Amino acid sequence: MKTRRTDSIRTGSTEKKWWCFSSTLRLRCSALSTRGSGDQHEESHFHVAIDCISKSLKTQIIGRSNDEVAICFFNTREKKNLQDLNGVFVFNVVEREHLDRPTARLIKEFDCIEETFMHSIGSVHGIIAGSRENSLYNALWVGQALLRKGSAKTTDKRMLIFTNEDNPFGSVKGAAKTDMIRTTLQRAKDAQELGISIELLPLSRPDEEFNLSIFYADLLGLEGEDITQYIPSVGEKLEDMKGQLRKLMFKKRKIRRITFSIVNGISIELNTYALLRPTVPGSITWLDSVTNLPLKAERSFICADTGALVQEPPKRFYPYKGKNIMFTTEELSKIKRVSTGHIRLLGFKPLSCLKDYHNLRPATFVYPSDEEIVGSTCIFIALYRSMLRLERFALAFYGSSSHPQMVALVAQDEITDSSGQVEPPGMHMIYLPYSDDIRHVEELHMDTNAATPRASDDQIGKATALMKRIDLKDFSVCQFANPALQRHYAVLQALALDEDEMPEVSDETLPDEQGMARPGVVNALEEFKICVYGENYDYEASTKTESDASKKRKAAAETAAMECAHYDWAELCEGGKLTGLTIVELKYYLNAHNLPLTGKKEVLINRIMNHIGKA
Amino acid sequence: MITTSAELRAVFVSKTNQSIYIISIVHLFELLCLLMDIMPSLGKALRELKNVCVQWRHRRLILRKYCQQGICLFFVNELKDSLTMEKAVYIHLVVPSSVKLLIEESVLSSRKRIQCCGNSAGVRNIVLLGNDLILACACTIGRNQNMFLVIPAINQLKSPFALLKSGKVSTEREQTLNRRAIMPCASPRLYFCWSLYSKESSDKGSYLEGQFPHETNLILVIILLSHFTLRCFQNSNISPVTIFRGDLELSPRVKIKVWVYKKTSEEKFPTLKKYSDKAPSTDKFATHEIKVDYEYKMADDPVKVVPPEQRIKGYRYGPQVVPISSAELEAIKFKPEKSVKLLGFTSVSNILRHYYMKDVSIFIAEPGNREATLAVSALVKAMKKMNKVAILRCVWRQGQGNVVVGVLTPNESNQENIPDSFYFNVLPFAEDVREFQFRSFSGLPASCQPNQQQEEASDKLVMMLDLAQPEKPEDLRPDFTPNPVLERFHHVLELKSKKPDSDVPSLDKTLKRIIEPDPKLLLQNKAVIDEFCKLFDVKENPKIKKSTRRLWTKPSSDGDGKNAEVSLNDHGVPSFNCEGKPIVSQIGDKTPVEDFKAMMARRDGVEWVNKAMKEMKSFIYDLVENSYEGDAYCKALDCLIALRKGCIVEQEPKQFNDFLRQLCKFCQENDLASFCKFLVSKQIMLIPKTEAIDSDVMEEDAINFLVKTEPATL
Repeated sequence: MKTRRTDSIRTGSTEKKWWCFSSTLRLRCSALSTRGSGDQHEESHFHVAIDCISKSLKTQIIGRSNDEVAICFFNTREKKNLQDLNGVFVFNVVEREHLDRPTARLIKEFDCIEETFMHSIGSVHGIIAGSRENSLYNALWVGQALLRKGSAKTTDKRMLIFTNEDNPFGSVKGAAKTDMIRTTLQRAKDAQELGISIELLPLSRPDEEFNLSIFYADLLGLEGEDITQYIPSVGEKLEDMKGQLRKLMFKKRKIRRITFSIVNGISIELNTYALLRPTVPGSITWLDSVTNLPLKAERSFICADTGALVQEPPKRFYPYKGKNIMFTTEELSKIKRVSTGHIRLLGFKPLSCLKDYHNLRPATFVYPSDEEIVGSTCIFIALYRSMLRLERFALAFYGSSSHPQMVALVAQDEITDSSGQVEPPGMHMIYLPYSDDIRHVEELHMDTNAATPRASDDQIGKATALMKRIDLKDFSVCQFANPALQRHYAVLQALALDEDEMPEVSDETLPDEQGMARPGVVNALEEFKICVYGENYDYEASTKTESDASKKRKAAAETAAMECAHYDWAELCEGGKLTGLTIVELKYYLNAHNLPLTGKKEVLINRIMNHIGKA
Repeated sequence: MITTSAELRAVFVSKTNQSIYIISIVHLFELLCLLMDIMPSLGKALRELKNVCVQWRHRRLILRKYCQQGICLFFVNELKDSLTMEKAVYIHLVVPSSVKLLIEESVLSSRKRIQCCGNSAGVRNIVLLGNDLILACACTIGRNQNMFLVIPAINQLKSPFALLKSGKVSTEREQTLNRRAIMPCASPRLYFCWSLYSKESSDKGSYLEGQFPHETNLILVIILLSHFTLRCFQNSNISPVTIFRGDLELSPRVKIKVWVYKKTSEEKFPTLKKYSDKAPSTDKFATHEIKVDYEYKMADDPVKVVPPEQRIKGYRYGPQVVPISSAELEAIKFKPEKSVKLLGFTSVSNILRHYYMKDVSIFIAEPGNREATLAVSALVKAMKKMNKVAILRCVWRQGQGNVVVGVLTPNESNQENIPDSFYFNVLPFAEDVREFQFRSFSGLPASCQPNQQQEEASDKLVMMLDLAQPEKPEDLRPDFTPNPVLERFHHVLELKSKKPDSDVPSLDKTLKRIIEPDPKLLLQNKAVIDEFCKLFDVKENPKIKKSTRRLWTKPSSDGDGKNAEVSLNDHGVPSFNCEGKPIVSQIGDKTPVEDFKAMMARRDGVEWVNKAMKEMKSFIYDLVENSYEGDAYCKALDCLIALRKGCIVEQEPKQFNDFLRQLCKFCQENDLASFCKFLVSKQIMLIPKTEAIDSDVMEEDAINFLVKTEPATL
């Protein structure tokens, strides 16, 4: 089987991206299921390809739903394409262009294509000896035509080819073969010149390795060592496509261009980027539950005194000393604007002055730019290197109009590993708290009579041993997926695709139980415990120190439970006699059933009725 | 007691001279005791302190609108025994006195009575007294109790502490005093202010930093008494609430009882309500509020309003929107169990500083639980030793919709009675990281690479513009830096409460220190900065259209080494001064006369002459006011002469004449008549008509002015 997939295009201006897969199938594929001895996957190549495409579609619709995709099969019995070429079938669903954003329907129908494939599309031997049809050529032609949309500069156009046939023209002989190879390679070259990158995802047969050098090396333009390295890298790519995390993808884009004034009026230009920002489930669109049509929110202002409808007022007030102090919006913005919207150097401090609690929000990354001020990068690099060398950070004031704040600029050296850049070089702008934002909590529970207990050397030793045991050697900050977010995406997908069962999303953030159960770890923990708590320490008993509030709460719950039993709630509820009770009485019920106690009487009654109704 | 009494103000002023001054500000939930030494050495700072107190009060009014507060002012004397003092204190605390005295007035009025006094034997007693004061109210007040001792770190303090050191402390009586008075305080913070005016401080510092807090159970914070640092008194002191109480699970079998609080939490700009002027002006009970109402309408049919219960949430899935009802959402939501679990330890280097995502929490061992405290302490110390941090998975509350993965870093306590604790910072999830690629700096073209000379210059700059010099307390510490926006808001609020149509003033001078580099620091390192500017060249890109809004300038350097000075004024517009002198925009302590002349000579704005005169006048006032037995009179005289000369040159005789009259009047009212005498002896006179044509003073009057006024003062 041979599948092919073309690919991804992006327009920068409109932020539109397209993906385009095209895949093809050869007759032999059905016979070629991989049941080889060495191969543990009992899947056919076709299944692997379909599965891979389907999974990456599902990831893509969440991550970059504006990308556009087309899927086409080649070496097919049926044909369906605009050019009306033989052996090429563009897969599509209703209400969708051939190259368009993926829809739930596309994914759903594509998921069940295996069942209907032989019947509706069917596959034939690729290039039959003697015939003049060149389905690979046709497929490239169709793919190129599909990817015509959007300019090459602003879009990223890709064509991915899935295939298990390393010798597509094997059955042809003589001049016809050389001719076909020549035209096909020319076709591919033309496409690449138009800014379309072609990638190959070969699926090897168990008995023989996919041989790139027969044909595809030329098509991809690989030479020498690249050929031998290509196959292993493809394996990774394939795995990546299948196991990709559902994650919103962002295009690299600067937040803002700012001016950094250093000394004596020397200013340089910086671009700021958001490298770390909490991701939240997408925005909510309110729908009418009857028609499922989107709703539009309308805001209106009502005067609390007269009930009159008013326009958005220009004035605000703040109660102070028993009076209402008025502010106009201009005055408010003037108060907030303490500095120009630039960043100003105040001085430098050793890194040890940046404490762990000096943090409020995610940091912003800054990288120099010479676009407007030539020479910025040079100054920036000089300072950056000095700061790294001397282990200092710069203290500066960032006077943004919405949030003027003191910031620490911490130089970050570039970190790379085999997979590329891990940490880019530049500075991170860390937002510092003001004295107003810092609380001195640790002083609350100061021991007034004696020094607080400190660990002995023995205890510290045991803790050290423990630390050596439970050591996450290559811990990386982003190794955990957000379980709530992944669950949300999975649910969304299940609902959109009408999947029957709710998917289970594994929570990677749970502690490694197996690792913790290793005897070495258990021993170290036990020793630490004995060392600190003593041999016969009753952990639960020591913690019976309840606060007054919780005692009170418990007592209240107990009395409520007792009192609650005096009433026949079901009857009261049915007879509509709940209104006759006092709030105190109503709360007995709520308290006894662990329901919230807040709200007006009406609300309480509703809550009780709901609860009884359910029970 | 003071619980419900309305504004409570009392003042107790002793007749004799002493140098300790106490202000205690009391209200329902908070108690602050300011113990201030107002020896002349504190000088200028005292006025700053006054401002701080006033602002502190405003702040309180804003933050706790519904709390009643009172201010008691004490001018304390003869602290032979704190018990006798105590009585006086209590008397004035319990009696809601009718003596109305605002801080501003009282500070000024008391100033008159203060004579210099070298003996401050009562420092320790004052601390005791402050504690008694706090204790007196503590029974009703409860939590936040703060005590601030403001003393300059100068020689005088040595004596009382030396006294303590020499063994006299250990008398039984002293000990009981210690225990009785100081210990019951829950969490007093003692601020020891490092006066700007003291040069050496090492020896008494050692006592204050070492034994003193230990003996008194106070938290000692040393701050630099400059401009705004005193504003740290204004800390809002929100009653802290735990976000988690329970087990820190190292494993299912080994747990530590901990409490978790917020360590930092951003204090936001207050939300102001929208004002409605619809209510008739006669309506006294009008709230003037505006309610905001939302209605949901069909997108294609703007008339039809959809009731709330008919609405359903929809999330985007590709081009479509998938409706999910709230019941469905609730049923399938991720619901982790409440717990705080250890995932493992890792090396500090694995967690880069910029991964911290949010505000910070603090983990402390359950108060009173000895074993938990030990366990935390052992882990903290081991982590510190091994350079490790712990990774945790936290679910603070039952029903919380998500887990938090974060890093626990050790916070070793340097004070004996504060237990060790951890800081907790939230780390990002895989979804939160955006993998953008940036060019490596070494791969950039040679024009962007600094050469060796440039690197050296930048090294020097980084070293010299140091805000944490070893011999001084760290400058601009976040812990002591107020939020300038909130400060200004409170200031405007106060202004507006007095005069509703007052404008927003420009930023307070002391707050400017937060947003602009310290001119002193720049001046000290002028050579380094000039070198840096000379070596680096910035040019505007000619291809880009010049946008006038961009703030940048290029220092033009010419061959003979004279650098044209470029500085930015308040509006961000560069101003040039090509005379090769540093720009002087204010009068400094070191060379006031030169500064004044330089300012008068500035020709880049009309306002400089007036500004120079104004600053000079206030500088002279300061000198005279803060002088100790006439030590600053000579300097003041020089300044006065310079001012006089300047006024003649600028044809502004009235400015000088009015000023001199005011000054004399001030001196006579403030026991500073010696300065007037001094002036007479140096033959200072008003500017007569003969010297400046605009003057309305005759020569004779000018000469006799001081002589005439003098008898009145005697």
